[in-house]
Amino acid sequence: MRSSNRKALLGLTLFLILFPVVAMNVTAIGHYLDIMIFVGIYCLINMGLSLLMGYAGQISLGHAAFFGLGAYTSGILCTKFSMSPWLAMVAGVGITGLVAYIVGVPSLKLKGHYLAMATLGFGVIVQIFFNEEVSLTGGPSGFSDIPGLSILGFSLDNDLCYYILVWFLVLLTLIFSLNVIHSRIGRALRSLHDSEVAADAMGVETSRYKIIIFVLSGVYASIAGSLYTHYVGFLSPSSFDFFLSIKLVMMVVVGGMHNIWGALLGTWLLTFLGYEWLHVFRDFDILVYGAILLGVVMFLPDGLVALVPRMSRVWKRG
Amino acid sequence: MNTESSPVFLHVENLEKSFGGVQALKGLSFKVPQGIIKAIIGPNGAGKTTLFNVITGILPPNGGAIALNGISIEGRKAREIARLGVSRTFQNVEVFGRMTVLENVMVGRHIQSRAGIISTGFRLPGMRREERQIRENAMQHLTFVGLENRATELAGNLPLGEQKLLEVARALATDPKMLLLDEPAGGLNTRETEGLAALIHRILEQGITVVLVEHDMNLVMDISDEIMVMNFGEKIAEGKPKQIKNDPLVIEAYLGEEVDYSDL
Amino acid sequence: MTKITLTGQLIQYLFTGVTVGSIYAMVAVGFNIIYNVTDIINFAQGEFVMLGGLIMVFFTVTAKLPLPLAFVLTVAAVTGVGVLMERFTINPLKNASVLTMIIVTIAVSILFKGIAMFVWGKDPYIFPPFSGSKPLFFYGAAIQTQALWVLFMTAVMVVLMTIFYKKTRYGKAMLACADNPEAARLVGIKVNIMILISFALSAAIGAVAGAVITPISLMEYDRGALLALKGFGAAVLGGLGSFYGAVVAGIFLGIIESMCAGLVSSGYKDAVALILLLLVLYVRPSGLFGNVEASKIKEF
Ligand SMILES: Nc1ncnc2c1ncn2[C@@H]1O[C@H](COP(=O)(O)OP(=O)(O)O)[C@@H](O)[C@H]1O
Ligand SMILES: [Mg+2]
Repeated sequence: MRSSNRKALLGLTLFLILFPVVAMNVTAIGHYLDIMIFVGIYCLINMGLSLLMGYAGQISLGHAAFFGLGAYTSGILCTKFSMSPWLAMVAGVGITGLVAYIVGVPSLKLKGHYLAMATLGFGVIVQIFFNEEVSLTGGPSGFSDIPGLSILGFSLDNDLCYYILVWFLVLLTLIFSLNVIHSRIGRALRSLHDSEVAADAMGVETSRYKIIIFVLSGVYASIAGSLYTHYVGFLSPSSFDFFLSIKLVMMVVVGGMHNIWGALLGTWLLTFLGYEWLHVFRDFDILVYGAILLGVVMFLPDGLVALVPRMSRVWKRG
Repeated sequence: MNTESSPVFLHVENLEKSFGGVQALKGLSFKVPQGIIKAIIGPNGAGKTTLFNVITGILPPNGGAIALNGISIEGRKAREIARLGVSRTFQNVEVFGRMTVLENVMVGRHIQSRAGIISTGFRLPGMRREERQIRENAMQHLTFVGLENRATELAGNLPLGEQKLLEVARALATDPKMLLLDEPAGGLNTRETEGLAALIHRILEQGITVVLVEHDMNLVMDISDEIMVMNFGEKIAEGKPKQIKNDPLVIEAYLGEEVDYSDL
Repeated sequence: MTKITLTGQLIQYLFTGVTVGSIYAMVAVGFNIIYNVTDIINFAQGEFVMLGGLIMVFFTVTAKLPLPLAFVLTVAAVTGVGVLMERFTINPLKNASVLTMIIVTIAVSILFKGIAMFVWGKDPYIFPPFSGSKPLFFYGAAIQTQALWVLFMTAVMVVLMTIFYKKTRYGKAMLACADNPEAARLVGIKVNIMILISFALSAAIGAVAGAVITPISLMEYDRGALLALKGFGAAVLGGLGSFYGAVVAGIFLGIIESMCAGLVSSGYKDAVALILLLLVLYVRPSGLFGNVEASKIKEF
């Protein structure tokens, strides 16, 4: 792994260790631990989305659907079929991966706007499915009493344990993703961005890698969905609607889609905005979201993460 | 080199390609024996680049046949043809500008490696070994073209001449049996062009058949074993450099107007 | 209560379908107008309809202006919104990638949605139908007069757009841009202006759609996205860029949806249009009416 990535990973790990220590001792931000769990869950999805958008150059406006598929598979299997949560999570990965593959093969043949609309349409169809299959999903009101997670009989149903679990998985996924980025697969994807004809001429199987990354990002979202289910304990379709898909894309873009660290930064920022700092605006958060997104795309096309090297340069200069 | 006795490596027969109304290739036929340098010359717009694009599968032909060692490849995908041992450079350089020079060449190793998503994600031992081999091999090819000192720079930041060399290194990294060079000397100065001629000879020594599109007549006459002359998508002459030099048709169609004859 | 016959019911569904379909058609035409000149799919297209409806509510109910005046002001206001959008977001981003353009128009749509929520809140709004709420009866089907207004406005739009493209200087210039922007530039057409006009026009058509449909289906701040999606479905079905294709496909989509809602399941009625959209995208991206070779033909 590159030294800059290694440093950033070390920094992130330190932050993650210190965060609960501080948060649990300062009452004003005691609930930040809870928000950080959601940040972690969305980070899982957005790392996949960053691979897809920033590296494979493909857009998806339907990732809330994969998140929802993971969540519902876990929820349904655990409550209605009393399956072990971990097994259900694996089943969710299998089902979501399969759906991502079936949708991905024809969709990824489409370019640009067509792909955007196809994934958007897919996302809405899945949401309609969650709403309509009442006997399976509980319909619009959803269902509750989903059990929490435990490891070897040790229950994870307090925030700190769940925080550790979620962020452990985030770190694992991050390392996995960074490894993929700095391998022949990552190089193949980046080469495609710079010159598709040269990549073709070098024998890179462009469409195959687009599909692999699409499925991988679906799998990330599915795992995130399972974690979400067992944390909140209830499910309803509105948690997986089309606006979530848009928000996910927004987090990735605001952070900087050409850099997986950007996805983490954007997720962290917008999740905290949404859960905490935008409460001032209450219902008008959409307005702020729109303005932030527009501002970033227009004036900072590489996202907030592009400011980091600039700031560190200024800082070094003193 | 005695070109008659070597087996034919590339066999093109009646190749047709048109863009809307423009017929870029009109029933073109020729052969490239194994292990030679064949130059293709002709005025701009003659269809040389189009020929390369069709051979490498970037564009589908409208008719005709292309055989590689007896295997027919016309209409196959670019990535399959690359795997059959055809690699190329581009007239308008197509380096991966936002990747480092070394990474560019490492992409060339793509078809010679196989690590999948799982083994790369977890950095399994097999993948690490392969990655190390990719890196070493890429570095060797950079050294081969003389760019070893540029390895960590962004490819987009290199001057044009070095980008052209980088494309050669990247193409060689695929371990091709045949290399197609599209105007490799375009934009190079005299000294660089001399280096290029030596480089092409060293490539040939590795047993790689070279097909070269080039406007620099000194270079072409100097290094090629055979020359084919194209105009308006057709072959108007073919033969040894000496024959071409004296072919009245060629002189009229091409050499006469573009190059000072005494130069040859 | 009068007995509802099956024929009556079918006619009812058909009519509802044509009405809703006309709205999809107008959204689809809006997509095409911009797409033809810029190759951009404007994800905020549905927001023009939403704004048209809500601004009409403001002028008729809140400001109590007479209907024709309110209608004209609404169309003017939304057209202004379209012009602003083009000037401040599309125009400065020359040569941006497709991905960026998608995200920009999405950002604008979120912004419009946010502004609408800020101004009108989350409740749906309605204003009285143009010519009273007494329905007409036709073979046992009850037909709202407002639906006739929807059809009338769609027809007017088709006629006006045809005249615009076939007869006026600007319309012809826009077609030239659609065919070949470089050549258009060379013969002295100001492509910049054409892009601006395309946004203005498609915003205006969106506004008309919103203004006529609101008395039937109500309007709220977050209606835009689904309208855009279905309008896009219609545009693709009709062959992206094709004007008459969009109109026919929009109405077709409306009928299918309404039949499905009435005869099969109302919950899945939105899914039908979308599944159709996916199928067409996967199988025949050139659209049902376009031929595969000429998928980029921009004939009106
Ligand atoms: N992708 C393309 N689309 C349309 N026309 C093309 C394309 N590529 C080449 N042509 C046309 O085909 C002819 C041959 O071009 P090319 O193969 O580039 O010639 P050369 O490499 O010999 O200069 C020219 O008339 C050129 O304009
Ligand atoms: Mg050429």
